[in-house]
Amino acid sequence: MTNIREVTVDELRHLVSDRAMTGETMLLNMGPQHPSTHGVLRLLLELDGEIVVNCIPDIGFLHTGVEKNMEAKTYQKAEVMTDRLDYMNSVGNNLVYCLAVEKLVGLDVPVRAQVLRVILTELQRISSHLLWLGTSCLDLAAMSVFLYAMREREMILGVMEMVSGQRMMTTYIRPGGVWRDVPPEFVPAVQEIVNVMPGRIAEYESMLTQNMLFTERTQGIGVISAEDCARYGLSGPVIRGAGVAFDLRKARPYSGYEQYDFEVPTYDTGDIFGRYMVRMEEMRQSVRIVRQALSRLPAGPVLSDNRKFVPPPRSEIGVSMEALIHHFKLWTEGFNAPRESVFATTESPRGILGVFLEGDGGPKPYRVHYVTPSFVNLQSMPLLTRQHFVADVVGIIGSIDIVLGDADR
Amino acid sequence: MGLEEKTGNMGVVTTTLETVVNWSRTNSMWPLLFGLACCAIEMMGAQASNYDLSRFGMELNRASPRQSDLMIVAGRVSRKMAPVLRQLYDQMPDPKWVLAMGDCASCGGVFNNYAIVQGVDEVVPVDVYVSGCPPRPEGLIHGILTLHEKVKKEKITHWA
Repeated sequence: MTNIREVTVDELRHLVSDRAMTGETMLLNMGPQHPSTHGVLRLLLELDGEIVVNCIPDIGFLHTGVEKNMEAKTYQKAEVMTDRLDYMNSVGNNLVYCLAVEKLVGLDVPVRAQVLRVILTELQRISSHLLWLGTSCLDLAAMSVFLYAMREREMILGVMEMVSGQRMMTTYIRPGGVWRDVPPEFVPAVQEIVNVMPGRIAEYESMLTQNMLFTERTQGIGVISAEDCARYGLSGPVIRGAGVAFDLRKARPYSGYEQYDFEVPTYDTGDIFGRYMVRMEEMRQSVRIVRQALSRLPAGPVLSDNRKFVPPPRSEIGVSMEALIHHFKLWTEGFNAPRESVFATTESPRGILGVFLEGDGGPKPYRVHYVTPSFVNLQSMPLLTRQHFVADVVGIIGSIDIVLGDADR
Repeated sequence: MGLEEKTGNMGVVTTTLETVVNWSRTNSMWPLLFGLACCAIEMMGAQASNYDLSRFGMELNRASPRQSDLMIVAGRVSRKMAPVLRQLYDQMPDPKWVLAMGDCASCGGVFNNYAIVQGVDEVVPVDVYVSGCPPRPEGLIHGILTLHEKVKKEKITHWA
């Protein structure tokens, strides 16, 4: 293992301004162990007094080699790794991977499974935004919001556990549908969340939106224009907070999102406050989508019956020789995918989440690549923090809602 | 009967220095505020309203290693992060304990590859391992209570 090495200013010449070389500005290290970097982000700040002149993000402290590991596993087994990329959006990671696999091998998904996918990804979006709300308000020294937000998050995690047996790493969405049908308690539990959430969101807003302490720290801080968003290729609430109404659920619908009635919230200030307003409204819209999905949840199978790609149910294995062979083949060798490459995208709570998948004719992916919103959005840090106080850097990191597992992979 | 009864009447309890020190250490153990990956979210969950870790005197997470006794390694440790982790451990004052939370910190978990340290015990000495990917908040609380039991059994001769 390498030891931590002292870095001289000379080695950073290409990153910092000339004033740093003469000692006029100060270089300050922030992270990787810092309570408000939302994981293990390291920022090198060049400061003129308390004003940030330059901000250099250093990532890779959570590089996990997920993509490489996935190449060594069959298509079904590789999915387990995807949960752990963006651990606040594990259902969404499963979904985008399954969409890619389904595109690669040409699998159809039953309607009930599609509706269940929508319900779970929207619940996950709410839980991700709740955690964002809790932690980013904690950075702005609003402790109580964290406790309130975690209270509602536990309800959603309870539903995740109910359907999959795991609170966070569900792997519930599988290529061809979902793992198994939901238990009878599922619909009442989701119904309760849907009934409770609008009141709770109003409660958070009553604590924050008009609060001077909050608005002073958020309005006019970390401003980004719509043009800069496009130049940097940002996505998600960051661009919607800057007034760009772009959401993949509308622009390029998947899993039947075109059938749902919802709006893409925008706010035109482009600052931390704008992103906050967008995320709060997004939670409301997600509740709206879940409510519609619950009302139209059809009966029927939840997994494709294409036995070449989807293992048969246990009830069939005992009575059908063919089913037994399929089961054995699928869980020992996996299925072969054609020598093609596909790209699937979804709207994650943080922005555009894409997966590039290349098959080589065998049962294992030749290459998997995740195009992650945290990585892209992190590029905007130097722009957002320029000419702000050090104390505001904390709020800005919180507002772009990065997950380092997502950025470093 | 003996001395205990007499002192009890006077409002005095006799005990050993060892017991008192260990008791106070267990009930005001300050963890280092140090989240790495997925497990950190469950660690936050353990501290939040539903599981309320402050019942065990542990709600006060210190952001500085100089002020903390317990390092909860919550998540996977990459090769780039390992020297940082070791430095944080070295900066913590004695006595200090390490809790490896989750499969990745305990043994590498599902990530048996080039990037992840196969168990944080390659870098720092670990007192308690908590299994799960990620462990439930109850699992973490159980691990912490197990650590408390361990601390209560520590001998004065080992402090040095």
